[in-house]
Amino acid sequence: MAEHILQVKDIKVRYSSIPVIQGLSLAVDPAETVCVVGANGSGKSTFLKAIMGAVRVFDGEILFQGREIKNLKTEEVVRTGITYVPEERMLFTALSVEENLLLGAYTLNDKERIQENLQFVYSFFPRLKERRDQATLTLSGGEAQMVAIGRGLMSNPSLLMLDEPSLGLAPRLVDEVLDTVRKLKREGMTILLVEQNVRESLEIADRGYVLQTGRIVLEGTGEELIRSDVVRKAFLGI
Amino acid sequence: MDILVSSLFAGLLIGMVLAMVALGLTIIFGVMEIVNFAHGEFLMVGMYTGLLTAQATGMEPLLTLPVAAAAGFLLGIICYFGFVKFVIRGPMVAQLLGTFGLMIFLRNLALLFFGAEDRAIHQGILVGKSFNIGMGVIAPATKLAAAALSVIAFWAVWLVINRTKIGKALTATSLNPQGARYMGISTERMNALAWGIGGGTVTIAGALLVNFWSVNPFIGLLFTMIAFAIVALGGFGSVSGAFFAGLAVGVITEIPGIWDFLTYIFNFGWMADVPMTSLKYMWVYLAYFVIMIVRPRGLFGWKR
Repeated sequence: MAEHILQVKDIKVRYSSIPVIQGLSLAVDPAETVCVVGANGSGKSTFLKAIMGAVRVFDGEILFQGREIKNLKTEEVVRTGITYVPEERMLFTALSVEENLLLGAYTLNDKERIQENLQFVYSFFPRLKERRDQATLTLSGGEAQMVAIGRGLMSNPSLLMLDEPSLGLAPRLVDEVLDTVRKLKREGMTILLVEQNVRESLEIADRGYVLQTGRIVLEGTGEELIRSDVVRKAFLGI
Repeated sequence: MDILVSSLFAGLLIGMVLAMVALGLTIIFGVMEIVNFAHGEFLMVGMYTGLLTAQATGMEPLLTLPVAAAAGFLLGIICYFGFVKFVIRGPMVAQLLGTFGLMIFLRNLALLFFGAEDRAIHQGILVGKSFNIGMGVIAPATKLAAAALSVIAFWAVWLVINRTKIGKALTATSLNPQGARYMGISTERMNALAWGIGGGTVTIAGALLVNFWSVNPFIGLLFTMIAFAIVALGGFGSVSGAFFAGLAVGVITEIPGIWDFLTYIFNFGWMADVPMTSLKYMWVYLAYFVIMIVRPRGLFGWKR
């Protein structure tokens, strides 16, 4: 059995006594892209926030590189090597593209390393280099998402968690963002992706999980899930 | 003409110090969205620290600045961890009443230790000296030094906020605290730092001010109100806004002198009868009032 980079065991989350995640287990291996799909309100985003220590987990275990990280403070989780690209993007809108990216490297101290990462992000998203001095408030939705993802790459994460990166984007931009995920996968990045574009994201993913009302109802390779009855009926409308 | 120029000059000088007074208030608001009603009491602590250090050690009053800064920084941090940290979990009104309580606490503490009488500094190389700058402007050395050092200190804080990593983290926290946490920034520490800087800067202003302004335990409220006006004018959370608004408010406090000039020019009898000097601060609050109606986000907008 390969060593899991992230292993979540039977976690439970409640929002003021209403159960949102009720016993969720999941594993991610190094260099793997894992996708969690589910309807609105199935607890997908809450799940990622639980890993980040942004919502409280009251039962279960979260192991990252063998270390228990459950209910650590968010900034401590980031320091273990996980970055989270939130669905709201949460850019620092008054700051420029480059200032936003550099804040993504806040946990690094090596200046050369930070510059290398910056050049990597610019080579990955050439358009961000053109707009490096522009305030992120003035960016289009697609560009803002590039900044959010680029900022997530700036700290050399061991695990990149993307929360609905295509949310609110025009169809052409959705493809662009999912292409980005595909490229990151090719770079060998370990990715945990939460998406609503079920078919496209399962095509990219090595493995996937289907989440319904806070429980995993199905898991398998991306291919298997696309062909499964649950996914076909619930998400693909076939 | 001379009285106009000297009024404007005096206004700008005091404005530079007032900008320094307001700096901490705008930083604390920017980072935490909490209004510190005890801000003027922090200033009072700075004034007493400067005064007592100078009197106890016989040292040059200007050299007490680092002592005042350290005391203010510590005071800010202690207030944050001992008190503010807990009230921010409550509703807005709890925060308002909380810092209001802090104001009353510090004021009465000062009353207990120092008594109600006015105290002033009468020592140091600056006392009693003044410079003739020309055009009828005679500037007391204490005010000149206070203004110059305020500008330098203000600029230093501006540099820290805009040019250093920790400053960027502070800005990120003010713009989006949850986003900042996702970057690995400890927003708790940033909040504490904002209170530290907020306390440290206003006590520097206090230690400068006490060279030409006597101190008593009730001095705080006046400066809290002036600082509110400056922060409202410049834009809540705006650092550069606080500087220019500070200058503007400084000039506004010199309206009586400007009025004298106008009285002299137009020579209407009734103008001389207006008790302008006693209405000095009314103009500041009037400006505050007008700004709140016309441009509630201040001249520079929030957090810019």
